[in-house]
Amino acid sequence: MNAVRVNGAAQRFGTRTIFRDVSFDVATGEVFVILGGSGCGKSTLLHQLIGLLPPTAGDIEVLGHRITGREGAAGRRAMQQEIGVMFQSGALFGSMNLLENVMLPLEMFTDLPPDGRAAVARVKLGLVGLGHAIALMPAEISGGMAKRAGIARAMAMDPPLLFLDEPSAGLDPITSAEIDRLLLNLRDDLGTTFVVVTHELASILAIADRCVMLDRNAYPDAGGVIAMGNPKTLRDESTHPMVRAFFRREIPSSKAKAREAS
Amino acid sequence: MTQSAARLDIEDRGGATVLVVSGHLDAAAAGLLWRQAMRPARRAGQLLFDLSGVEFCDMSGAALLLAAEAAHGQPAALIGASPRITDLLQRARATVTPAPPPTSTRKVWLGPRALAAFNDGAAFLGEVMVALFRLPSRTRMLRLPDLLRYADQAGVRAIPLVLLLGYLMGLILAFQSAVPMRRFGADLYVANLVAISLLRELGPLLSAVILAGRTGSAFAAEIGSMKVNQEVDALVTMSLDPVTMLVLPRLIAAMLVMPALALALDLAGLLGMATVMNAFGYPLVTIAHQVQGAATATDLFGGLFKGTCFGSAIAVIGCRAGLRTGVGPRAVGQAATSAVVGGIVATIFLDGLFAVLFYRLGL
Repeated sequence: MNAVRVNGAAQRFGTRTIFRDVSFDVATGEVFVILGGSGCGKSTLLHQLIGLLPPTAGDIEVLGHRITGREGAAGRRAMQQEIGVMFQSGALFGSMNLLENVMLPLEMFTDLPPDGRAAVARVKLGLVGLGHAIALMPAEISGGMAKRAGIARAMAMDPPLLFLDEPSAGLDPITSAEIDRLLLNLRDDLGTTFVVVTHELASILAIADRCVMLDRNAYPDAGGVIAMGNPKTLRDESTHPMVRAFFRREIPSSKAKAREAS
Repeated sequence: MTQSAARLDIEDRGGATVLVVSGHLDAAAAGLLWRQAMRPARRAGQLLFDLSGVEFCDMSGAALLLAAEAAHGQPAALIGASPRITDLLQRARATVTPAPPPTSTRKVWLGPRALAAFNDGAAFLGEVMVALFRLPSRTRMLRLPDLLRYADQAGVRAIPLVLLLGYLMGLILAFQSAVPMRRFGADLYVANLVAISLLRELGPLLSAVILAGRTGSAFAAEIGSMKVNQEVDALVTMSLDPVTMLVLPRLIAAMLVMPALALALDLAGLLGMATVMNAFGYPLVTIAHQVQGAATATDLFGGLFKGTCFGSAIAVIGCRAGLRTGVGPRAVGQAATSAVVGGIVATIFLDGLFAVLFYRLGL
């Protein structure tokens, strides 16, 4: 069964088409990465998948709930009770400490007593290496700690599907590798499906089973999908100049040619 | 090593206009030579750059030469340029992109914008009403610690300011009215005047202005910052209703504290009035008797009821401004401003409605 199905998704803002004809499936238990250069619409696509932005065209189904079309609102509400989301900045609630942040979903959706909620939240924070920082406020921690606390909160209810927006961006290589290891452990132990938005090459190669690559110049008038598959296969075998340039950290031939011509 | 100042000479060599640049061509020099270079470049039939005297050129200097070239409309030939400067100019040329077309300056009429704002406000009021009706099934989302924190922030911490302003207001009102009324021997009735105006109008109105300035803006800024930091998005994706989680506790807190603030302002104002009257020689018993005779329970409770309504309007407007915050830190400031302005305008508008309503009801 597919955890996510996207069919022909498009997004327009005014007269500008960010992307169109985006289609892919994410299988259950898979780590699926949405990648691409800056401004190609990765985060916009993620916002569509988590129900924050209705696509201007196309169908999206998440965990069997259709979140687009006429019945999309009911589907979005049902879907949002079953997923976890980590935002780029962590999006921790500033008025609560880390423990309270992770306890919030448990307080809202379970009948656990307060000490039970605290025990579960401590386990989640321990998993991301923040067992020592549970009493700290979001303003008192670093960006990397905020990201890890965001992951702990997203995992609070042990959702079958987790969406992560740039989980390792701006982190040191060791912390980044720790987060990658955490995702793989969760996938192996609990069968959690991950949809990860990132452009961190090392992280993509370490965690992704499959990936979809967006490019803002996929079509003459809009961005879209330029490649899909296993990242290592794409790195070694793709003939698309943008895909090759991305994985080899080169300046794409189109840009190089434009510079030479000028 | 001293730098020689940049210099620009315009020469005519066989019909071609030559911009002869010399010296140290950096950002400061480009600023000095900019206007001087553009005019001849624009008029030139053929344009040449003589750079043989240039000791140093940075990207700002290259931008000056490219701008002159763009003003001319065609690439200019280089004379005497060092290989380093030639390379620099080539790299700078490669970065030049055509300017985007100007965004359309469509006329935006005030009427449709006001209508859209009204529709948006009405829709938000509808969302709040729906959240209120659904509250019994979502009691977990209304967190008591949050509500108490907002009540403390909006009410308890505002008490010193309210008492000070109320006392001063009573003092000023009594003094200003006592002086002319004394000429007619009616200065005892200052107590009636101040008591009625405070209980019916000034108490709730001034407390509402304080609430809008202190708390409405704080509500907008807090929620606006949460929006900018994606905390509101996080609530939505956790299947938690932002209106129930963020707006209702603030609304209930404002409705609870406003009557208390209005009452505190009334009492402080009466004390201020009593201070003046006492100074004019009236004993406190006489003043209290006079106030008792003039003001009724309807005046007091009508004023407190108005205060509750003002408080709810200020809270809803503040929270709406926060939830509609755009992107970036400037948007948070704009949200706070619109919360204060909207709160005060709504208070005065509602006060006018209440004046008509109370008159019709004979209160």
